[in-house]
Amino acid sequence: MDNKTIQRINAKNITDKEFFYGHKACAGCGGSLAVRQALKVLGERTYSVLPAGCMSAVGFIYPQMAFNSNAVISMFPGSASMASGVAVGNKALGLKDTHTVVFAGDGGTADIGLQALSGTIDRDDRVIYICYDNEAYMNTGIQKSGLTPYGTKTTTTPAGKNLPGSITEKKNIFEIVAAHDIKYAATASVGYINDFINKVNKAKQVDGASFIHVYASCPTGWGTPTETAVEIAREAVDCGLWFLAEYEDGEFKLNKNPKEFKSVAEYLKKQGRFKHLTDEQINKIIESRDKKWEKIRKNWV
Amino acid sequence: MDKTNRHFISGDDAVAFGVKLARPQVISAYPITPQTIVVERLSEMVEDGSLKAEYMHVESEHSAISAAMGVSSVGARAFTATSSQGLLYMAEGLYYASGGRFPVVMMNANRSTALPWSIFGDLRDSLSQLDSGWIQVYVEDAQEALDMMIQAYKIAEHKKVLTPFMVNLDGFVLTHTYEEVELPEQEMVDKFLPSFKTPNKMSLEKPMNMGFSTSPSDNMEFKYQQHKAMMDSVQVIYDVDKEFGDQFGRYYNGMIDTYCCDDAEVILLTLGSVTGTTRVVVDSMRKQGLKVGLLKIRYMRPFPEKEIQNVVKNAKVVGVLDKDISFGFEGTIFTNVNSALVRMQSHPQSYNFVAGMGGRDVSKADIEEMFMDLLKASKGEEIERVKFVNMGVEING
Repeated sequence: MDNKTIQRINAKNITDKEFFYGHKACAGCGGSLAVRQALKVLGERTYSVLPAGCMSAVGFIYPQMAFNSNAVISMFPGSASMASGVAVGNKALGLKDTHTVVFAGDGGTADIGLQALSGTIDRDDRVIYICYDNEAYMNTGIQKSGLTPYGTKTTTTPAGKNLPGSITEKKNIFEIVAAHDIKYAATASVGYINDFINKVNKAKQVDGASFIHVYASCPTGWGTPTETAVEIAREAVDCGLWFLAEYEDGEFKLNKNPKEFKSVAEYLKKQGRFKHLTDEQINKIIESRDKKWEKIRKNWV
Repeated sequence: MDKTNRHFISGDDAVAFGVKLARPQVISAYPITPQTIVVERLSEMVEDGSLKAEYMHVESEHSAISAAMGVSSVGARAFTATSSQGLLYMAEGLYYASGGRFPVVMMNANRSTALPWSIFGDLRDSLSQLDSGWIQVYVEDAQEALDMMIQAYKIAEHKKVLTPFMVNLDGFVLTHTYEEVELPEQEMVDKFLPSFKTPNKMSLEKPMNMGFSTSPSDNMEFKYQQHKAMMDSVQVIYDVDKEFGDQFGRYYNGMIDTYCCDDAEVILLTLGSVTGTTRVVVDSMRKQGLKVGLLKIRYMRPFPEKEIQNVVKNAKVVGVLDKDISFGFEGTIFTNVNSALVRMQSHPQSYNFVAGMGGRDVSKADIEEMFMDLLKASKGEEIERVKFVNMGVEING
């Protein structure tokens, strides 16, 4: 894609129109921030598809509908396939210049929705799939998902004498998606909102399937103050536990390569879900971060 | 009748031709024996341009119904097809589609459900989904299969109905058997079945939020409306049957069909292709002076309660042939029929014949035996209430 021809979106030129408001999300919800901003970029001719999850739970409580453009709740494992149906249905009806977007959580994407997502990418249906990742099944009350990182205390991975919370690492869903040779994929964070909205803007131009994995803080599930929601999502990137990258034209590209990482321990200790971690466990997390970055810097830079 | 419009084709081919004539805009389907010929033919028609539709190669039945709902949610006509485990895999979506009032049409090739694994026919797949909110019709031959694909859209998309529609064909016995079938003219079908128009859709002119959640104070009202739409579909089924007959010369009699029931002392109730065999048996037994009759149930949902009551009211005994079993009780059709019978002031005794499961043949001799049992019961003799017919093992009490 020729990046120069796409006009960058910023605080000045983004629309004042709201497409997602009046919803019942918690204060400081990173997921709802991602949805709101993405819809501003995508505009009126957008069809949103959401599986079971926080955003559908807080946005569609009859009779108070929170989406100002077309939106529908899909089956939990079927957000990508339903979005495909919407996109292909509109194509069959001869509609042009519409956007079909999925907003699915980490569980809805990396666990139960993975098969349908793979199908949508394989068919290259014109669907923008946005995964807002708050690192657990938050809507049902903070249970472990495939994107819950090592050492997280959730209601199904309690931290105690025998276990440090979750004992598995995050699935590499960005790389899994890229392995399909998708036209465009990216990672982002609500802590770097400009980067996120411009990635949505790039996905909007793609004639086929595209994917954005946006790190989205959750004060309720993470045990963090509501006013630090943006800050903490930024810190995750700055300490190297999350990264900003793209996959485009068959190549990975790292967007932000910090010379020095901020403190992982500080990032973790601010959050109730990691408070229990020992120095040894934190060192394990740092080791795993370094291993990942070694690969990233070797292959994506 | 124009001879050139008659073709010697399989039941699956007939379905594909029927679907083509109904002009779906998107087909989303996943292959499963014995449905496969349907999706193969439709892919060919899309490839050669004779069917102007998008074909979505979905990665599972779950996505097949999920995509079909997406298609329907923007007001386009959707088709899918499946069988057996595939139907069960999409079960979540069946409830979702009916609750969302998406008038998707699906062909289901009736096939046994695992375990043990079997690709052959019985009705345990679709009968397990009676409560999913889909209209269910069971056809007797390839011609009826083709005609019902066209009628299905007309009924499902009716503004009073807006309910998904499942056309059921017996696996192999119907799907893979070749018969002479008449293909209606496209022009006539277009006149009979105009393009899909629905208020229940997302559009740019009138954006809508669909598939929402409700609190306990609203939920029951939505379910009631769904129930009412299904009940209202009965009249639409009769109207569409008549309109179809008037235009194409084939009437199917709506909810049920009957054969030699007027003076029958015993009546056997059947579903699907075994009806054809039963007609032959009725003919031969009638020749022997035995007063036997046949009631073919066409629709299992909505259920033909009044129709059945009306036909059996003068019979002494009725039998129900079930190619299925609800473990721990009896055949599912039997349970439904009994529920209709007990609402009569006085009703005939009823007996259940469980037969033909996992593709086992139901022969003329088997059906004759059923009728002989019913005749015995009509004379006051005691017979088994739920009988497994043609079993290979001895059943010890």
